[in-house]
Amino acid sequence: MANFETPELKEYTVVPLPMPGVMAHSSPFVAKPDHQAQLGFPGELVDNWQEVAIKKLGELTQKYRSLQVYLDSCVKCGACTDKCHYYLGTSDPKNMPVARQDLLRKVYRRYYTFAGKYFPKLVGAEELTKDVLDDWYAYYHQCSQCRRCSVFCPYGIDTAEISMAAREIMDAVGKGQKYCNEIIGKVFKIGNNLGLPEPALRDTLSDLEEEVEDDTGVAVRFPLDEKGAEILLVTPSADFFAEPHVDGLIGYGKVFHQSGVSWTISSHASEAANFGMFIGSYENMRDVSMRIREAALELGVKRIVFGECGHAWRVAYSFLNTLAGPFDFLDPRYPVPQHICEFTYDLIQRGALKLDKSANDDKVVTYHDSCNVARASRMGNMPGGQFFIPRAILKAVCNNFHDMSPDTIHENTYCCGGGGGLLTDDLMELRVKGALPRMEALKRVVDEYGVTHMAAICAICKSQFTKVLPYYNFSMDTIVSVHQLVSEAIILGDHQ
Amino acid sequence: MSFLTVSYAALFYVATAWFIYGVGRKIYQYAKTPAPLKIPTTPAPTTATGVVMRMGREVVLFESLFKSNMWIWLFGWMFHFALLLVLMRHLRYFTDPVWSWVVLIQPFGKYAGFAMIAGLAGLWARRLLVARVRYITSPSDHLILALLMAIGLSGLGMKFVSHTDIISLKAFILGLMYADLQPIPTDGLLLVHLALVATLMIIFPISKLLHAPGLFFSPTRNQVDNPRERRHLAPWAAELETSRGR
Repeated sequence: MANFETPELKEYTVVPLPMPGVMAHSSPFVAKPDHQAQLGFPGELVDNWQEVAIKKLGELTQKYRSLQVYLDSCVKCGACTDKCHYYLGTSDPKNMPVARQDLLRKVYRRYYTFAGKYFPKLVGAEELTKDVLDDWYAYYHQCSQCRRCSVFCPYGIDTAEISMAAREIMDAVGKGQKYCNEIIGKVFKIGNNLGLPEPALRDTLSDLEEEVEDDTGVAVRFPLDEKGAEILLVTPSADFFAEPHVDGLIGYGKVFHQSGVSWTISSHASEAANFGMFIGSYENMRDVSMRIREAALELGVKRIVFGECGHAWRVAYSFLNTLAGPFDFLDPRYPVPQHICEFTYDLIQRGALKLDKSANDDKVVTYHDSCNVARASRMGNMPGGQFFIPRAILKAVCNNFHDMSPDTIHENTYCCGGGGGLLTDDLMELRVKGALPRMEALKRVVDEYGVTHMAAICAICKSQFTKVLPYYNFSMDTIVSVHQLVSEAIILGDHQ
Repeated sequence: MSFLTVSYAALFYVATAWFIYGVGRKIYQYAKTPAPLKIPTTPAPTTATGVVMRMGREVVLFESLFKSNMWIWLFGWMFHFALLLVLMRHLRYFTDPVWSWVVLIQPFGKYAGFAMIAGLAGLWARRLLVARVRYITSPSDHLILALLMAIGLSGLGMKFVSHTDIISLKAFILGLMYADLQPIPTDGLLLVHLALVATLMIIFPISKLLHAPGLFFSPTRNQVDNPRERRHLAPWAAELETSRGR
């Protein structure tokens, strides 16, 4: 399986020369007919797929201003060509954002523009052939929708918008991706990405209660489906048992415990992630979001708080109110939804948490800004709160904190390499290579400041780094949850 | 009236009408296409005033490009602002009496032509020399550079090498504006210059030159970051609320 070479870590990220086609073989497994059917997509490639795809493309340009404007506006200036972690890690020029966009743009031009209809060669317009479709499938599944290119484009062209549209078109012709579509089906059927049914979830949470009580002597609760709780916690299902995610969940539990506010998880909405966004499907994204509204109504909560999850926080912060609002039945004194980091930060600000920083003295910590939190959302009421608040929490719970180089953090952050529906074993080569720029930045602070741990607030980042760090000779437990460090430092006791 | 005068007059009427229709049609299309989700690239302004400032910095300073790549920024910015100066300077051929601020910028506008050519040359050099940029370049990208370069060089030629009959030219242009045709000077350089400018106007609405109106409609740049405070429901998305029954 792992038939590839891990890139060598260089002292500074070097922009490689383009090597056409070196990642053309990298495609994820295609969705099976039943994965497709449960989302309302054709089971396999339809006979008149060209016609359907071209028509769908036209429809999407009428539904999304972003797509229409971005397909027209690119001037091929080259500003984005050295910005994508997948290009930097693979050298395949079709992983340069502009070239990735061009895979769709050349078809748009051929069928929907004057120049492309009459002078296709001149403007690089191309017919939609089977080869083009295969290229779409390969390279639109080599984009993690991290939006780094959109920061640097003079017109703000966001390749994520293009790859979402391309995936939506591929779903419409019956060529969906197994990983995403299977998972969305599980969310509809069972309630979460991992397919963890209610009884198993209940067991897991009560085990967690025992574990924390054994550990601390304090009965910290992890409630499920408790009507009348103040807060509904919506968190990625990986938090229920994956490492280091679960240590973050323990941290949220302790923070809630200390705050004295009642809370609950819902078995109906036991998943924060919304893979509907990855496949560009507004309808699926909306259906997944509606579960959260339904759970909040059914449980009669007053607030919704999201756990540590990157793309989930994008959908929650930027889209939830639009997709599943209005949330006028919730307490208007709090934003809907809130991020667990906002919740914890407020408590720290009010002096409501007793923290012993020295509990983390065995660690030197850095922070990985997760791409969708950094470039597609916010925390707090100031632009940039999404950078400031998690760091403020980290600095409140540990003594040793060092940031990575400025061109790799905040809005310049590199994706972990596994976001946007690519966190699947059939894309391992891509994931390892795509992590290169982050690994190089990490290496620098490891060498310079003796950094031992990298904290993150995204379930995908955590899973991806756990898997990828060893390829670069780092220990897999280098990656930690922000609330794991909170959990270490928090002193449990009577609420004031 | 000579055949040449009538041809050029017709060319400019057609090019202008096409330019206005084509760009207007695109602006209308961009404006009426919904943006169903809030997708500003964050950190983003939380107020409309903030968005105007952000857009202003993009339009005037090319802020994102500056963050991205010094060379492209340098050549791109030099070209665009030189072009702006040159265009403003050209207002003297469309106004009688010439507006006083146009008189004022005349010396700058005159030499801006050189900066324009230098910027274009820099951009073209990158297209040929940087392997990544060469990879994404289509023939049309070279042609547009060639067209702009030829417009600039023919213009500079008239200003600094072989003067054209500027009095007659102005009479011709004012004649076009007031539908009172005057003969066009039969100077080769001028005729080339004007034909290329008309070509540029004609290809504008059907080429990547649409980046000019496009920027203003880019949701990642023109949206206010307030999704938790305000719903942002597109008409087609609102229909789902009834059609999907929840």
